[in-house]
Amino acid sequence: MTETLLEIDHLSVDYETGRGDLKALRDITFDVNKGEIVGIVGESGCGKSTLISSILRLTAPNTRFREGEIRFKGQDLLQASERHMRDLRGADMSIVFQDPMQTHNPVLTIGQQMLDIQHRSKQSKADKLAHAAKMLGAVGIPDPEARLKQYPHEFSGGMRQRIAIAMALMSEPDLLIADEPTTALDATLEVQIIERLQELQREFHCAILFISHHLGVIAELCDRVVVMYAGAVVESGDVREIFHDPKHPYTRRLIECDPGHIKERARVLPTIPGEVPDLANLPEGCIFRDRCDQAMSRCATEVPPLDQLKEGHHAACWLNHEEVTT
Amino acid sequence: MSLLNVVGLKTSYGPVNVLAGVSFTVEPGETYALVGESGSGKTTVIRAIAGLAPAQDGSVTFEGQEIRGAPESVMRPLRKDMTMMFQDPVGSLSPRLTIRSLITEPYRIQGMKDRDLDAEAKRLLEMVNLPTHFADRYPYQLSGGQARRVGVARALALEPKLILADEPTAGLDVSVQGELLNLLNDLRERLGLAMVIITHNLSVVRHVADRMGIMYLGRLVEEGTTETIFNDPRHPYTRCLLSANPEPDPDARLERIALKGEPPSLLKRPSGCEFRERCPFAKDICTQTPEWEVNSGHGLRCLAPLS
Repeated sequence: MTETLLEIDHLSVDYETGRGDLKALRDITFDVNKGEIVGIVGESGCGKSTLISSILRLTAPNTRFREGEIRFKGQDLLQASERHMRDLRGADMSIVFQDPMQTHNPVLTIGQQMLDIQHRSKQSKADKLAHAAKMLGAVGIPDPEARLKQYPHEFSGGMRQRIAIAMALMSEPDLLIADEPTTALDATLEVQIIERLQELQREFHCAILFISHHLGVIAELCDRVVVMYAGAVVESGDVREIFHDPKHPYTRRLIECDPGHIKERARVLPTIPGEVPDLANLPEGCIFRDRCDQAMSRCATEVPPLDQLKEGHHAACWLNHEEVTT
Repeated sequence: MSLLNVVGLKTSYGPVNVLAGVSFTVEPGETYALVGESGSGKTTVIRAIAGLAPAQDGSVTFEGQEIRGAPESVMRPLRKDMTMMFQDPVGSLSPRLTIRSLITEPYRIQGMKDRDLDAEAKRLLEMVNLPTHFADRYPYQLSGGQARRVGVARALALEPKLILADEPTAGLDVSVQGELLNLLNDLRERLGLAMVIITHNLSVVRHVADRMGIMYLGRLVEEGTTETIFNDPRHPYTRCLLSANPEPDPDARLERIALKGEPPSLLKRPSGCEFRERCPFAKDICTQTPEWEVNSGHGLRCLAPLS
């Protein structure tokens, strides 16, 4: 029996700007079940970061939640008190950021920083340090007791990211948000980190919301995938369905563009011509229409709904809508 | 004659030997890729070639002329023919100059006063598929992909013979990445451009490079045509790197070869083969120091090569 941990329910988020409201997220709906790894893919400007900061409620002052709910264990986080959010962050939900070189305080030892984040715990300092050392060991840092006395600059990039993961998992959260955790690392370290995440996920049973624009990493790590484009979910489903039978033209093009997909040396690599539309001045109809090679007249006037194509596979495209309804 | 000939290039910062003798050649019109982990010395190699990093020993010849440690008065005129594309697309553009000034700066630096800078700016923007009105914009008004294309336009302004490109696609979305690689491929064919490209994206290497060199701890450990390296990697480190390339296919079950541990400190280089301690295939013989051996164009530094 799968139990839903996080429900994003018709979430729409605006940023108030001098040019008018920028519609950063529009009608986002998807779930994360307990112990599941869900990947969010999308290119720059698709709203991944707005989504994460909305879940953690660490949004910029000009953010306006226009519609929808974010339910975590059934409770709407957008209505929760600031006090309650503070209790959740770092305890029930935690995050690993993109750049491991900038997530640690450079003037405190790793041990001190790992003590500080256990401020809620009533344990003795010695116990907390032992717990910190155990977590460093769990992410594969050799000689953890001695390493606790060292400063961030004494660790390599890959190690710093593993330390960030250790810190995020210390309180055994139910939800770990990983925001492009491997983008700043090279390929061998990237593989180390995703393998480590898989192991830890099995050990701690936390759900992981994994944000990345690297399709290879998503394919390898995730159970389910949500594809976002320009602030909207265009497709979501099981990782195999998404990669083997993508239903939205954007998903299809995105997978085609990945050079990892093309084994023979190609003279011309596929691209998606055009630019992401201006979110302060949304075009009518389908958001992807301008760049879509299968656009129809209907796409210019009506926004396609996120149809369920089969159990657990959704896509927002008029092409599939015809199939669903006929 | 090779366009670029690097022999035994060594760079150290105090006691840290960043480059421990790097040698390779680039022919006119050829694309050569340097790959390897962070800290393997890739960026230092191309910066040393361009005269932006010190090189205490070895030789760099460009069109037959020795340029290692050459004074700025010698380097400056050469930078017409050998330009650099820097890693950080936005950071390498001055925030206070318009795109027009940025991409026409090479003409001013080279004292080419007869050029119509407005016309050149227009030509360059068109070449990299940017709208010509971008000439009046400032770098902060550009996306990462657009800034990257401005970097390409600037590197190509003087129609160089060689481009040194440091991670030209890092941080770009896949759709934009393809656009940039197509642009470079196209320019290479039309202008006969040679390139040294640094990247850790092996899928990119496969599509742009003719030959590639794999670096470990400031040395080449394997070198060959891109085809040879992908189909027949002999060095265990190369095999590990190639196996660490996540495929966009959830059912791809890769035979992944895990690298043990962390790269060793450059202050305490291991004895014998420097990859020995992390090598999943190390043998007793590996305590001896391997020499660089070349067999029909395939270079290798390994005493226990894989077959």
